[in-house]
Amino acid sequence: MNISLLLEMAAEAGADRIALVCDGKRWTYGDLLAAARGAFELIQESGAEYVALLDESSEAAVIALFGAALAGVPYCPLNYRLPDTDLAALLGRIAPALVVGDEERVGRIAGDQGHTVYSREEFAMKTQETVPADDERMYDLGEGVAVQLFTSGTTAAPKAAILRHSNLLGYILGTVEFASADESDAALMVVPPYHIAGISALMSSIYAGRRIVMLPSFSPEGWLQLVEQEKVSNAFVVPTMLGRILDAYDKAPGTDVSSLRAIAYGGGKMPLEVIQKALERFPDAGFTNAYGLTETSSTIALLGPEDHRAALASDDPKIRARLTSLGQPLPTVEIEIRDEEGKALPAGEPGEIYVRGDQVSGEYKEKSALVEGGWFPTRDAGYIDEDGYLFLSGRADDVIVRGGENMSPGEIEDVLLTHPAIADACACAVPSVEWGEAVGIAIVPREGHDAPAEQDVKDLIRARLRSSRVPEKIAFVQELPYNEMGKLLRREVKKLLAD
Amino acid sequence: MKPGTRLKSAACDTEVMVIRCGEGAIECGGAAMGEAKPAEAAPLSADHANGTLMGKRYVDADGKFELLCVKPGKGSLSVDGVALVTKDAKPLPASD
Repeated sequence: MNISLLLEMAAEAGADRIALVCDGKRWTYGDLLAAARGAFELIQESGAEYVALLDESSEAAVIALFGAALAGVPYCPLNYRLPDTDLAALLGRIAPALVVGDEERVGRIAGDQGHTVYSREEFAMKTQETVPADDERMYDLGEGVAVQLFTSGTTAAPKAAILRHSNLLGYILGTVEFASADESDAALMVVPPYHIAGISALMSSIYAGRRIVMLPSFSPEGWLQLVEQEKVSNAFVVPTMLGRILDAYDKAPGTDVSSLRAIAYGGGKMPLEVIQKALERFPDAGFTNAYGLTETSSTIALLGPEDHRAALASDDPKIRARLTSLGQPLPTVEIEIRDEEGKALPAGEPGEIYVRGDQVSGEYKEKSALVEGGWFPTRDAGYIDEDGYLFLSGRADDVIVRGGENMSPGEIEDVLLTHPAIADACACAVPSVEWGEAVGIAIVPREGHDAPAEQDVKDLIRARLRSSRVPEKIAFVQELPYNEMGKLLRREVKKLLAD
Repeated sequence: MKPGTRLKSAACDTEVMVIRCGEGAIECGGAAMGEAKPAEAAPLSADHANGTLMGKRYVDADGKFELLCVKPGKGSLSVDGVALVTKDAKPLPASD
């Protein structure tokens, strides 16, 4: 099995149909397949063992992904936001590679690593000019690795997660009906190409026959403009983007967003007020919260449009709370909550989220993290309620252990956010002589409010939770550190509180 | 047979990719499928002529076989004479 099949089938069904719009240029499925075959030739000639992308989203991402698949080498998009030293180290781990993107930078920081480097324009042009040597030549059967992604490393050094062709095809074939999109359907893509959601979105849209509209560099105004111009029907955003889009929309309410039918989000925790506002501003769009990890080829659980609307309309606190859940597992995967010994826990009990299914790789270049029975311990902590809804409380590594008692930062943060003068909050472990670890919190005061008194904050937590959750250390900050995907960088808050 | 193997119908234009495979003969239009097309086409059996649809997955009752149609044709798929049925994807509400 080889993921190149997805593009081949789309081109077979409609070679002249528009597949991709980027920077005003339109590509048909036939164009993309021909370029992927040209890329295969370039990759073979170069002797590269990886194909890397060091660039924002563009047609090059699609051509490189499928060209690498045809050539049987892993596609490895890199985070161009990394500092030079970190990036040079990652490039060194995949040498020799055919690198598409920032030529100047690769030359400067990894010039001696033996890479073949093309700029985006050069790559797009060369792959179109290069005609495969022989139409009948054999492409890779796809038994190996299709994609290698370095994890974001919010807790440790980046790990090389690998996704096999069988994982990615298992995900796409199990969740997307071939050629099911209407000719007018268009998906707006803003997720960076080095994120799993960016890769699975490309494959899903291509297999469904949905036109991909790329916005290489996100701005809320640019996003709204493209929705109107290209009559976008589907979009995936991370929570911070949605908040900014809503603010921009309120400043330009005349923008025609009536074509938007489906807005999916994921990648970080969605603030309740943002999703509530989004449901009000875009009453005709269906919202989906998608939860997944790099190691699971993207989505494994989701909260769908009906659940969103039902939760918003309900007076029942249990149903309203579903707006903050991850929804239910996909029918194609199994999810369990387990304790520290790996024993499955009943509904309502918090523990670590485990998952298994065809799409789950759970594999790193160095070793597989799968445990007996093919289960993948996600290191995410959460619980499943009695109705089967999955709730996330944070990374298992973020749990605060105070004198043997496990505390989830999420429950403390949720209580803090009910305070009218607190806009954002982060709880994490601080060293404690007496308890080993204790609770520390960083608070962002809300604009127009005075920062709450430390005693107020302590009283609030003591009243709503238990005295063990009362913070030993409180810091007031202007803003919390997030990465570009909206992931809170807890280790930086930890450092700040330790000082 | 390895997953990923492509099989061609001897009786029509159908081509499939093997996703899962057990013991048994995979047929289309009533004739055994192979990696190469035979020089002479097999006759299309009237009992196996309901056609295949591009992009559909076909499975047997035991879940041992799963084939993805990558090129449609007039024949229908079977294993040892027993017809395969389509398996639908469980579409996500466009999560990505």
